[in-house]
Amino acid sequence: MTEKVKVRIDGEVIAATAGQTILEVARANGKYIPALCYMEGLSAVGACRLCMVEVSGVARLLPACTTPVQEGLAVNTSSPQLESYRKIAIELLLVERNHVCAVCVSSGHCELQTLAQDHGVTYVRYPYNFPRLTVDATHPRYVLDHNRCVLCSRCVRTCAEVEGAHVWDMAGRGIQTRLVSELQRPWGESTTCTSCGKCVQACPTGAMAEKGWGVEEMTKKRAVVSRLSSIREGQ
Amino acid sequence: MDKVKIGTCWLDGCSGCHMSLLDLDEGIVGVLEKADIVFGPLVDAQEWPEGVDVALIEGAVSSQDDLDLALTARERSKIVVALGDCAVTGNVPSMRNGIPTRKLLERVYVEGATEGRGVPTDGVPALLKQAEPLHSAIKVDVHVPGCPPKPDAILFVVGALLEGRMPDLGSKLRFG
Repeated sequence: MTEKVKVRIDGEVIAATAGQTILEVARANGKYIPALCYMEGLSAVGACRLCMVEVSGVARLLPACTTPVQEGLAVNTSSPQLESYRKIAIELLLVERNHVCAVCVSSGHCELQTLAQDHGVTYVRYPYNFPRLTVDATHPRYVLDHNRCVLCSRCVRTCAEVEGAHVWDMAGRGIQTRLVSELQRPWGESTTCTSCGKCVQACPTGAMAEKGWGVEEMTKKRAVVSRLSSIREGQ
Repeated sequence: MDKVKIGTCWLDGCSGCHMSLLDLDEGIVGVLEKADIVFGPLVDAQEWPEGVDVALIEGAVSSQDDLDLALTARERSKIVVALGDCAVTGNVPSMRNGIPTRKLLERVYVEGATEGRGVPTDGVPALLKQAEPLHSAIKVDVHVPGCPPKPDAILFVVGALLEGRMPDLGSKLRFG
């Protein structure tokens, strides 16, 4: 039994289904809320903090991707304050690792790069972290570059929820968090990886790429992952 | 009316941003009607002159010479533009930043050399610990990312500055 609810997004009254998240309802109605860790067809984790919205009666900001709608909910998707926080979130993502667009396979097709450009990030106000990070090129077909990873966990969820292999996980905490395959075994030595490549397609940046592409050449088929997931839901 | 004075320089960069500047094609004619380029790799001046209106600075701040030139340019210019990804983010030059300077130099000039081994000291400026974006060394007024920035973005920015406006890159904003 699906319960219908009425919500207000940026003043507009919208009919939604209880259980849907603010982000799902907003997107279904053509409202833009930026997001990076969210991907249609995967569980939502609220990791990137880009989809924060203002909800009437709630003093703090809430992530639109993990907040379910309820009757009478009123949401603001943009305000000068939200825009300034989103810019900060993007800048902090950029300083954490070494996002060098000029030599990236995904330049021009990167969700982080696009977000920075769309939100008017012309430079980053915080000091760069410049961490020394590794590149795992042990897999015969794919490569993982930690320099470009934003820890969105879309690969982790794609592998666990869509492919069912659960090769990927996060290890460590805070700024030391790293994406790991099979308890830190190199990707190429993983016994559970099916080499399906869906993690690569789901990755928003150039952190995961197919081997053999040059700068700007790696375009991703993110919709494939979402479509697979929706087909299976229907079964 | 006096012409606007433009100074340009490249620090730790590849000159690509200056190539893009030259690539304004006939646009450069319009710029030169209103402005003179008084310093830079494209002209002959030996020292950054006083009273520059617009400084276009390419490249990251990577050596002592880079830092000195950036400081001089800042002191003697009204508006400083960080031109290109190296000046804006550190970009490719900053990829060395995780490696200690001494180790880096030895890797290149000792381990990596087949003849004339040894870290050069004569006639080369000392490397700074890290290659940093321009705004970490001096105050920057306008950031124009891009590797290189597209000629139309440069023309847009320079055009606005020549008219006394601060440019808003908007949809011309592009990294990489």
